[in-house]
Amino acid sequence: MSAFFRVAWLVLRKDLTVEMRSFEIVSTSLFFAVSCVLFFAVAFVQEGRALDGASAGILWIAIAFAGTLALGRTFERERQAETLRALLLAPADRPAIYVGKLAGIVALLAVTEVVLVPLIAYLFQAGFLARPLWMLAVLVSGTLGYCAVGTLFAAMLVRARSRDVLLPILLYPITIPVIIAGVRATAALIEPQPDLEIVRFWLSLLVAYDVVFVTLALWSFEPLMTD
Amino acid sequence: MIDFDELSVQDLARHFGRRRALSHITFRCRAGSILGLLGPNGAGKSTLLAILATLLRPHAGTIHYGAFAVAGGSTGAVRGNSALRATIGMLGHDLYLYPELSARENLTFFAALHGASDPGGAADAALAHASLADRGDDSVGSFSRGMRQRVALERALIHGPRLLLLDEPFTGLDDRSVGALTARLHELRDEGRIVVLATHDLDLAEGLFDQAIFVRDGRLVETAERPQALRSLYQSVMTKGRT
Repeated sequence: MSAFFRVAWLVLRKDLTVEMRSFEIVSTSLFFAVSCVLFFAVAFVQEGRALDGASAGILWIAIAFAGTLALGRTFERERQAETLRALLLAPADRPAIYVGKLAGIVALLAVTEVVLVPLIAYLFQAGFLARPLWMLAVLVSGTLGYCAVGTLFAAMLVRARSRDVLLPILLYPITIPVIIAGVRATAALIEPQPDLEIVRFWLSLLVAYDVVFVTLALWSFEPLMTD
Repeated sequence: MIDFDELSVQDLARHFGRRRALSHITFRCRAGSILGLLGPNGAGKSTLLAILATLLRPHAGTIHYGAFAVAGGSTGAVRGNSALRATIGMLGHDLYLYPELSARENLTFFAALHGASDPGGAADAALAHASLADRGDDSVGSFSRGMRQRVALERALIHGPRLLLLDEPFTGLDDRSVGALTARLHELRDEGRIVVLATHDLDLAEGLFDQAIFVRDGRLVETAERPQALRSLYQSVMTKGRT
């Protein structure tokens, strides 16, 4: 088991080192997400007042779009010099490579979220930071669920010619429950008097989704990558 | 720990959808030999290398890595092969290196991934072998094709594999780099490794192979021991049966 996590850590550290050299994924996904938020702000903030309930949806749309961009670029990087093959040739459990790639994408998306959350909170007067631990739990579980499915699909599509088009087509329908649960939990959290039972319900749905899809991905990664 | 002194392929087949990529491929090669895998584009050479590397599953047939067998047609062929992969090194047409990382970082990463006890030391030794010790901290993206190829070969060898699979290793190399690569391949043969090399560069490969197999349309059409006059042999084999 320690070899499993050692390989996952090596892959994660390698991805973060490459990103720190190129700053490619964080800069593009951040630029895209912030632009998206600003367009929504122009449309939904009238005379200094934001449309009620819009901020939660805008946060998760920005996360989903930025995540798709990050997923595509991460695996495009592995495709260019066929380094994914070199990873798959390592004498390690192949799911460990999946876990390392997943952790890398979650980490890169977390950087985007660190900028997005206060930006949307400011532009839409949303109380995202009123209950930071709850908010953190919703963000972590939602991001993990979205990336768990996305990492598997992006790895599967790495050799497909129209992978850029196919990734969102496959990913968005399957991750609809994550987006809905994330929006509902966030919306419930930013109410002036939040009903924590509702937050807990949506959060447990997110955690259940995470468990199911991480398990499915770990189980199916090796046969999918070998064919 | 798996080790073997013979690679044996029996009746191997693989298809992609309805397209047959490989069919009835049978050959064997012993430790301390270089096997040439020759054939035109689309003959199935890269598919065969990918199957030998466990990157693809065979649909029929068996591969024996010594006593360890991988049988086609079952998911068992892909599961539990991590110990086997420790004995295989592969250098593809693409070099499997991260251009943003330095040569040392690339080699250290792959050494660690293969479970080396001292990845940094293994990387230093590999850089010395590639005659790139003074350029170890430069990013691979800044290297010439020949330098990258040398790093990539050492990356494939960093865990001391018994079986080395090379796909078009001479592509884009100048005469000096070709000479260095050929010398390294002889060295590997003398160390008792099994080298399987797919190439179109018949002139560069002249005199290199202990054995050559000729593949056309996914089928093995000829086998030759210590082939000489490779180009004329290739042309006669490939035109045989066509006319």
